[in-house]
Amino acid sequence: MALMDLANPTRFLALSGRVLPWLTGLALATLAVGFFLAFRAPADYQQGETVKIMYIHVPFAWLAMFGYSLLALSALGILVWRHPLADVAHKAMAPIGAVFAFLCLVTGSLWGRPMWGTYWVWDARLTSMLVLLLLYLGLLALRSAIEDPNQAGRAAAVLSLVGFVNVPIVKFSVDWWNTLHQPASVFRMGGSTIDASMLWPLMICAFGFTLLMLALHMAAMRTEIYRRRLRVMEARAAAEAAFA
Amino acid sequence: MFGEHGLFIIASYGVSALALGALALWTVLDGRSVRRRLDELDSRGVRRRSAGRE
Repeated sequence: MALMDLANPTRFLALSGRVLPWLTGLALATLAVGFFLAFRAPADYQQGETVKIMYIHVPFAWLAMFGYSLLALSALGILVWRHPLADVAHKAMAPIGAVFAFLCLVTGSLWGRPMWGTYWVWDARLTSMLVLLLLYLGLLALRSAIEDPNQAGRAAAVLSLVGFVNVPIVKFSVDWWNTLHQPASVFRMGGSTIDASMLWPLMICAFGFTLLMLALHMAAMRTEIYRRRLRVMEARAAAEAAFA
Repeated sequence: MFGEHGLFIIASYGVSALALGALALWTVLDGRSVRRRLDELDSRGVRRRSAGRE
């Protein structure tokens, strides 16, 4: 089946109906393995047991940025190809990305208090991640503020493309500015600086959370497609009642 | 159990489980609600022009 064939709401519903249970099961199984390995991993020589927070904080940070990147791609689909499934994908991702960005900030603060002595500092990494959360919330607010769904979709697409400039700022803020937040330690030139005993559980947790995010997104997209069908059917029912 | 900072670790995992659990629950309940309303309209004989629902 060609990729473009999938970009049809009816085909998407048929395929996702088959894939979603397996994707959800695989996500939960991967997370179970990841947490099992994470809680058996040794304590860090500097952070002690507090390093356990990193097994969720780091994936939340990656996925908050990944989710926003998917939003930006969907925004291109809305504005360039005007594809209805792109608008569905865009609308479905915003609340999910917002939760991941929120959890990144909360778990980071709970790690920061014992390690840095403070829940929050206005450094470039933390502030740009807060801006990312505010962008997600802004997209949700914008969609609910505009009554016409097509107009709301286009406005949200423009905002998400403009806001995408923040994603590389989040990623490279620790290189561009002097921050309290430590620099990249997994994806960096010269390889990871994390020992394999902690890197593997981290990567497995990250993979599990990625599958979970995709499963949630797929489920939310299915609901959004049905919601649009419901809107059409309700309008039709109202029109039939008016002419009866 | 997790050393002197155990509360911070438990709070991190607890908040994450709560937030993701709430998100998953909302996703499922929202989906069910929309499907139920669609089925109600369907049972009243209201159809989309291109009826191709699963």
